[in-house]
Amino acid sequence: MSLVLVALLLWAGLWALNVRLANRSGPAGRGRRILVPVIFGITLLLVWELVVRGLDVPLVILPAPSVIAARFVGALPMLWADFVQTIVKGALSGYAMGCLAAFAVAILADRVEFLRRGLLPVGNFMAALPIVGTAPILVGWYGFDWQSKAAVVVVMVFFPVLVNTVAGLRDTSAMQRDLMRTYGASYAQTLLKLRLPAAMPFVFNGLKIATTLALIGAIVAEFFGSPTQGIGFRISTSVGQLALDTVWAEIVVAALAGSAFYGIIALIETRVTFWHPSHRR
Amino acid sequence: MSDAPLSAPSGGIGRSARVAAVARGMGHRAGPVVAVVAVLVAIWYAACLPMNVGNTLLQAERAGAVVTPEGPAARRQMGSVALMAANPSLLPGAWSLERPRLPAPHQVAVALWDGVAGQSVTSARSLVYHAWVTLSATLLGFAIGTGLGILLAVGIVHSRVMEMSVMPWAIVSQTVPIIAIAPMIIVVLYSVGVQGIVPKAVISAYLSFFPVVVGMVTGFRSPDAMQLDLLRTYAATRAQIFGKLRLPASLPYLFASLKIGVAASLVGAIVAELPTGAQAGLGARLLAGSYYGQNIQIWAALFAAALLAAGLVGLIGLVERGLLARMGMGQ
Repeated sequence: MSLVLVALLLWAGLWALNVRLANRSGPAGRGRRILVPVIFGITLLLVWELVVRGLDVPLVILPAPSVIAARFVGALPMLWADFVQTIVKGALSGYAMGCLAAFAVAILADRVEFLRRGLLPVGNFMAALPIVGTAPILVGWYGFDWQSKAAVVVVMVFFPVLVNTVAGLRDTSAMQRDLMRTYGASYAQTLLKLRLPAAMPFVFNGLKIATTLALIGAIVAEFFGSPTQGIGFRISTSVGQLALDTVWAEIVVAALAGSAFYGIIALIETRVTFWHPSHRR
Repeated sequence: MSDAPLSAPSGGIGRSARVAAVARGMGHRAGPVVAVVAVLVAIWYAACLPMNVGNTLLQAERAGAVVTPEGPAARRQMGSVALMAANPSLLPGAWSLERPRLPAPHQVAVALWDGVAGQSVTSARSLVYHAWVTLSATLLGFAIGTGLGILLAVGIVHSRVMEMSVMPWAIVSQTVPIIAIAPMIIVVLYSVGVQGIVPKAVISAYLSFFPVVVGMVTGFRSPDAMQLDLLRTYAATRAQIFGKLRLPASLPYLFASLKIGVAASLVGAIVAELPTGAQAGLGARLLAGSYYGQNIQIWAALFAAALLAAGLVGLIGLVERGLLARMGMGQ
C-alpha cells in the first residue's frame, strides 16, 4: 500500500514540476517542448510500476514496466524475427507495392478526366470502409506466409494514397498552369516540373496515413493465420498462454516500428517539401 | 508533426480535411462513377474465371462432362490460362460454384440479400443479427471514446500543462498500430469477469478516442486571434469564449473527427471479435468463414460491414449538413 502512496506523491510532485515548466513566462523553447512530455511519460511509467507492485497486480492482468523491459531484452532474437516477418516482409513490401500502384493509377486518373470523376468518389468511399476485413480472403488466396500480409497491406494503403495524390495533382492555380503554357511546356514537363512537386504535400499526407494502415493490416492479417512467427501471431498465441509480458514486449516493438516508420516518412517529407509554408521557419 | 493525420490509427478513412475540401467541390455527377463501378464489376466477373477454373473443371468432370486434360493431377501441371483455353465451354460454371475461391458478384449479392432479408433477425444465420451485435458494441464504444476525447480536448485547450504533456503523446499514438492490444484487452477483461459487449466497446472507444482528441483540439483552436480579441474586449469569461466562440467554431472539425472515429470504432469492434472466437458479430462471421473455407459467407459479411460503415459515416454526414446549414456554415 505504501508504494501506491509513493506513486501518488510522485505523480503530484512531477505534475507540479510540469506545471512550473509549462507556465514559465516567455515562448516555450525546443528544450521545454520536449522535456515536458518526456517528464509526463516517465511519470506514467513510474506510477504504473509502483501501483502494480504496491497492489500486487498479477502478471496475467498487467505486468509492470520493468518486467516488460526485462522480457524485451531477454527475447530480443525472437522479437527481431517477428519484426522482420511482420514489418519488413509483410508491411514494407506491401506498402511499397500499394503506394506505387496508387501513384500510377492516380497519374492515369489525372490524365483522363472521366476516370478521375469516377475513381475519386469510389476511392473516397473505399477509404472509409473496414478494409482489414479482406484479410481472411487474401490469407485464403495467398497462403499463411508474408505474401498474404503484403496483399492485405496493398489493399489497405491503395485508396488513401490514391485519393490524396489525385487531390494533390489538382492543387495548382490557373496562373501557374498558364505560366507553364506560355513556356510552351508539354504535358510531361508540366507534370514533372509543376504539378508533381505541388502535389507532394498531399502525397506525403497519404503516405503518412498509410504507414499506420500498413502496420495494422500486417498485424491483423496474422490473426487469420500465419507462420509460427510474426507480431500478430505472437500476440494472439501469447495472449492464449497468458504470457502478457511477451504481449507487451511485442506491442513495444509495434509502437517503435510504427513511430520510426512514420518518422522516416515525415523526415523525407520535410526534405522534399521544404518550400511549403508549413515547413518554413 | 503539426500536420498529423487525423485518421491514422483507424484502418478506415484515409483523407485529410484538404482532400475532403477538394472532393466536395467536384460536383455530383453520377455517370463516371457508375461507369467505374461497372468496370470494376466486370473485372470481378472476369477474375472469377482464372481463380475458380480448377474447381469448375473438377466439378464438371464429376458431373460427367468431357474435360481436357482428364484427371485433376494432369490439370494441376497447367496454368489457369491454359486450362481456360482448353475448356472454353465449361467456363461459365465458375460463376455458380458452391464453394468458389472467388465468388461472383451475384453470388455475394444473393448471400447478402438472403442474410439480411431471408432470415428471421434473431437467427444466427441472419446478417442483421450479426451486424447488430457489432453495431451495438461500436456505438457504445464510439459514444464513450468521443465523449472522453472531447473532454480531454477541452482540458488541453484550457490548460497549458495538459497541452504540453499530453498532446505530443496523443499525436504519437496516431502513428502506432494500437489495435494490436485488442486481443490482450479482451482476455484481461475476461479474466477479471467482464465479458460480452463491454470489452469490444472498450476497444472501439480507444480507437475513436485519439482521432477525436487531435481533431477537436484543432477545432477549438480554429478561431483566429481577431475573434478571440473581440470577445476579450467584450470582457467575456473563459466559459463564455468557449460556449459562444470555440464550440461553434469547432463543429466542422467535430464532424470530420466523428466520421473518422466511427469508422475506427467499427474496425475496432470487428477486430475485437477475432481473437476470442466470438460466437456472434461480423468479425465472428469473417473468422468462421475463414475456418470453414466459406468464401461466399466472408464476402457477404465483408459487404455487410462495408454497408454498415458507409451508413454510419453517411448518417453523420447528414447531421453535419443539416446542422451546419442551420448555423449558416453550410456550403
